[in-house]
Order: sequence, then structure tokens, then C-alpha cells
Amino acid sequence: MTAIAWDELILPDRVHGSLYTDPAVFEAEMERIWYRTWVYVGHVSEVPRANDFVMKSIGPQPVIMTRDREGTVRLLLNRCSHRANQVCAVERGSARTFRCPYHGWTFSNDGSLLGYPFNSGYQGLEARGELGLAQVPRMETIHGFVFGSFAEEGETLLEHLGAAAEAFDRLARLSPEGEVELTAGWLKHRVRANWKMLLENETDGYHPQFVHSSIFSVAQSGIGDLYSDASIALSRDLGKGHTEADLRPEFRRRGVPLGWFGTTEERLPDYSARMRAVHGEAADSILVDGSPHVMVFPNLFIAEIQLFVIQPFAVDDTVQHVTAVQLKGAPDMNRRLLQQTIGSVGPAGLLLADDSDMYERNQRGARVRRPEWLVLRRGLHRERVEENGQRSGHVTDEVPIRGIWRHYRSLMENGA
Amino acid sequence: MTMGAVDVELVREVEQLIYREARLADEHDYAGWEALWTDDAVYWVPASDTTDPTTQMSIIHDNRSRIRIRIRQLETGKRHAQAPPSRLCRTVTNVELLGDRDGDVVAGANVLVVESRERGLTLWAGRCEYRLRRGDEGWRMAGKTVRLVDADRALHTLAFLI
Repeated sequence: MTAIAWDELILPDRVHGSLYTDPAVFEAEMERIWYRTWVYVGHVSEVPRANDFVMKSIGPQPVIMTRDREGTVRLLLNRCSHRANQVCAVERGSARTFRCPYHGWTFSNDGSLLGYPFNSGYQGLEARGELGLAQVPRMETIHGFVFGSFAEEGETLLEHLGAAAEAFDRLARLSPEGEVELTAGWLKHRVRANWKMLLENETDGYHPQFVHSSIFSVAQSGIGDLYSDASIALSRDLGKGHTEADLRPEFRRRGVPLGWFGTTEERLPDYSARMRAVHGEAADSILVDGSPHVMVFPNLFIAEIQLFVIQPFAVDDTVQHVTAVQLKGAPDMNRRLLQQTIGSVGPAGLLLADDSDMYERNQRGARVRRPEWLVLRRGLHRERVEENGQRSGHVTDEVPIRGIWRHYRSLMENGA
Repeated sequence: MTMGAVDVELVREVEQLIYREARLADEHDYAGWEALWTDDAVYWVPASDTTDPTTQMSIIHDNRSRIRIRIRQLETGKRHAQAPPSRLCRTVTNVELLGDRDGDVVAGANVLVVESRERGLTLWAGRCEYRLRRGDEGWRMAGKTVRLVDADRALHTLAFLI
């Protein structure tokens, strides 16, 4: 691979278009980001019982997330240790073993090789102990969110998450039982665009008034105002590539419990009563502040009522997976969360179809030869450094995008 | 209705409605398409083999008021995923009366849609089930379900009326 001069492509106020279009950049990203850092894989609630499994991924790599017969969650790679056939061909199910269809090698759902047919052919060549399914080298969880890393060693998940870890606390406490469940299944939305177009857009507060003006103009929604020039919401670089649109200042100004969700306590009486019973005096601020809008680098977007997972396949081919947040112990809330999510996201979503059209237009534009650069300058003059060292700005400022690129550059330069 | 005694007149009326609905969608005649729906309508495009859109994600699950919002959004001309609108040509075949449900006629059909956008040609294929009702002003749609053959795979943007 020819050396890529990252310092010439990534400047404080602009990035070069080739970062979105050059296959060599994509290959380097696979090695230095996707197969090294912590990547979100799945949630333990997707494999609730022993022997459950579900197909997941780390970038283009297919991962089988299993709960083995002992109840331990594992991340197995979908490749037979014999001749590389795929041992699992279905999306989800329950299985104590995975049997390769090619020559019948059989693996336990903890990955170990149980046996192979006609075993006299392996007499004296016994290697069962070393021929299990490969596992993702490291796995850690936070509030049931399972992350994997292909790096044998490195920082812990909490070190990787840094300030973004708090987003998982904020999300989980919206459940009266303190637990998120991902039980609604996933939509998969394919876009002919580079994965970073999605990553940057998730906390870009400048686009909603333009990309989503059509839906804001016909549906009763307070979303548009959150991203207006007059909004007091903030954009924030949480560090380590994690970014946030902090909408709490706006929600606090409005001061309506569940206003963040476009509703009121009267319309969700069971949920509100349970939350007030569990949280007491703290319930007011929890119900006013609402859910985080945080992009966890590189692939998990906690989008208030939805979760998006970004999966890159090629420099201009990305799939966005999306599901509704479901909160344990909150059936009335969950019905609304699901129907609102279905309306908003996925291939036909009233919001996301338009975002996706932007990604593809951006990608086509990035191939145009001039002016070569994408500009990241918005709000540079009014970017603040907060007491904890985080940078923030007006919600429409490009503080998050600059933060993403700072971290990206540090990862790519540390490539070797 | 029995297999031995197909009501040919009813079949023709149902076919005409289904073909009209297909043409209105292809031509982006949003007002005409919206007028086909009853007040209790459900427009559903499942994301998998699920039978329960109240607990599982769907690609589209619109009640009448969300159908209205979807149409109003398209009518703004600023629904970017349909600005410009896709060029569409769909074929609806295998139309079959499947029975009745609470007085409504249930019909099935297969659909194949060719969509042209700057991205290129996209082929959409699926099994449709219509719930149709005859009223004073003619036939209306109380329900349409489209089960895409690739519903469980990664799909491109589907912002036109399927």
C-alpha cells in the first residue's frame, strides 16, 4: 500500500474529497479502525436464552453472536476452520451446535470443535483443540450493549467510550427497570455512499432545517426548532471520535416532561407513573432531558428513540441498520417508540429516506474534481472548550465533524 | 366464493381497481392515489415474515393519518428522495380473489416495479394483498400489504408509493 499522507488530507478546517472515494483509504480504515478499535456488535437482549444466536457484523466481517449453553455471550466468526465454508446461513435462531454443510464438521455454540465425520482420516493428526471457530479477540459490554475488538490488546471499552459512556446510562434510565431491550428487529438500508458521510451526518445539526423541511412543514413536530438558528441546543465533541447533539438546553427551556418525545405524561400514564414511582423527585429532570443523541465512533448512533448501526462494505457502499429503542417494563411507551421509529427511518422513512438521498448525492459530488475539499469551518470562531476539556458550539456548528476527523487522523497516522 | 364459481364480474372490478392504483402510483398522481383509501386504511410493507407490526419493525406501517402525511410530504416537492420523482413502471399480475374479511374483498397479486433514478435501475418484486371495499362512490382500498421478496435484506431507498 502506498503511504497516504493523512496530514495533507485532513486539515483543521477541511478534508480532502479522496477520503470518501479512494479505495486505498477504505482498506486502510478497515485495518486501522474497524479491525482494531472497539466496534458495536449487538445487544444481549437479542440472544435472551441459552443457545440463541443472531448474525451480526464488524464492518464487512460476519459475526455470529451466540449465547452458549452456559449462558455466556460470544462473538464467533462465521468461517469453518476446515475449508472456510460459512457454518451459519440464517439470520437468527436457536442452536446448540453449528454444523458445516460442506464436510459436516460440527462446532459448539461456544465455538469449540466437537467433531468431524470419518475421523479415522485424522488419526494421529488430532487438532480439535486448536480448530474451533475463531472468536472476536476481545468482547465487553455496557448496559447489555456488546462491543468487539479485533485487537488482541488495547484500551478497555470504558477507556474507548470515555465521555460517551454516560449516554448509555441516560438511555437505560429511561426504562423503569433500567434496561434497554432490542426486540423489534432491524431494517437494513443500503446507500451508495461512504460510511463517513453517515457518521458525520448523525450529529450534524445544520442539515435538518433543509433536508427535512418537507416533513417539518406537514407534520406537527417540534424537531425543526431544535436545529434553528435561535436554538440553544449544543453540538459537542465528546473526544475519541464520539460526538453529540445536546438537545437538553432546549428541552429544559420548554420544561415539559416527555416533551422531548413530542408527547405528554397524560398520553403515557402507565409509563409516567412507573417512572415517577421508581425515580421520585429525579423523575422530572429525567423525563424533561429525554434520550441522548450521541454518535459512538465508529458505528453506533444512539438517536434518541432509535439505534442505528453503520456497516461499511466498500468505499461507496454502506448499510445502515436501524431498530426502535424498547424499554423494559414500558409497554405503552414501547408501542409509541416503535410506530414513531417506523414512520421516521429505514428505506421509506419520512426522515431517513431524505438523509440517504443526501449521502448518495454527497458521494457523487465528492468524485467531482474541483474544489477537492469539504469545508468544516462552521462555528470555528465560536467553538468553546468546556471545563472538562470537551469542545462545544451552537447545535448547527460543525464541532462534532471536526472532532471526528481529529480522532480519525490520530488512528490513521498510528497505522504502521 | 368457491373455486368452482368465480364471480367473473367481481374479478374484473377488482382487477380494474388494482390496475388503477398501480397506474396512479407510477404516475405520482398523489391526490388520486390518496383518494382510493378508506378512513380505516392500513398500508403495510413488512421488513420480514413478521405478522405483527405492533411489535416488529416494518418498512412502512401507515394508518390513514400517516398515509396523509406521506402524501403531503411528497406534494411539497421537497421530499428529496423523490425530487425529482423516480421514473416507475410496474406490472401487477396473478390477480386472485382470496376471500372476504368482515365484508371486504381480499385479493392477492404479484407486483414487479422497475424504478429508475440517478442511482440506476432498481427492481422491486413482491406479493401484494389488498383489502377492498365497495361503497356508494365505488371501490376503495381498506388495506394493502406488500411483502417484498428481499424484505429482510439491505434495501435501497424506497420513497415512491410501492
